[in-house]
Amino acid sequence: MSEFFSQGGYAFFVWGAYGMVAVLLVAEILQLRAQRRTILARLGRLIRMRDSGVNQ
Amino acid sequence: MASNWFRFAAPASFYPLAGRMIPVFWILTGVCLLAGLYWGFFQTPDQLGGSNAQKEYYRIIFIHVPAAWMSMWLYVVMVVWAAIGLVFNTRLSFMMANAIAPTGAIFTFLALWTGAFWGRPSWGTYWDWDPRLTTELILFFMYIGYIALHSAIDDTRRADRAAALLAIVGLVMVPLIFWSVNCPDPNQCAALHQRSNLTQIEGNILFSMLAVTFGFWMYSFATTLMRLRSIILTRESDNSWVQELLVKDGRA
Repeated sequence: MSEFFSQGGYAFFVWGAYGMVAVLLVAEILQLRAQRRTILARLGRLIRMRDSGVNQ
Repeated sequence: MASNWFRFAAPASFYPLAGRMIPVFWILTGVCLLAGLYWGFFQTPDQLGGSNAQKEYYRIIFIHVPAAWMSMWLYVVMVVWAAIGLVFNTRLSFMMANAIAPTGAIFTFLALWTGAFWGRPSWGTYWDWDPRLTTELILFFMYIGYIALHSAIDDTRRADRAAALLAIVGLVMVPLIFWSVNCPDPNQCAALHQRSNLTQIEGNILFSMLAVTFGFWMYSFATTLMRLRSIILTRESDNSWVQELLVKDGRA
């Protein structure tokens, strides 16, 4: 197992490369989810505001 | 039959279709990446024999080459959608080009980053102004320029057209990246990379590389469609179908 993580002494380079790929791809997914939630909340608020204005 | 397909050129009908496709692409992403990385790390360890130091860290190519391929492929796809948008003036095409750009920029950066981590043990340097590295860096700037130009123009339709034009001009970088290593006379393109020849790659390494490439491709579909749905919601927020959708989902 530790042999796998050491990658023949090149752990820094192998995991440095793979680590950045993992970080950026996961960050992109999280950003997209947050963006969608924000847009839905904002549009929902706008519609509620408009509807309550109509009712008054 | 054709009219059935053109129906999906309308954002209102593509939005739910994209929503149904996204989970499929995530499953394909997971399967391909797991298969490619498992095969690359555990079934391919001793393909480079002897005292070659590269046999210890060559696993970087299982993400480096796919990321570099995706950076060029996504740029071509982005330009195709931008050009379709300019010619036919279709809203969804511009939105598609918009949705691809950030994912393309990420893969271009990852190609450069993983290349640097390959270059340090191989060539003793993280960076060199070698033709291939330089042209790939300019491709990264083209993605950034496209995104920046689009966000700098307030009028969305003008932004779409201006950014699309910039993307088309930048397409020249894709063949330049290819020829920076594969030029007709090998003596004229002394480069750090070897000439590319898929038939000379060892079978296990090629399989891992192609599986990860397919995984990155499916990942690009999933993130692009997610971003596209957000863009559609934002741009069509005044349309009745968005408001009905939000009411139906209990958001309003």
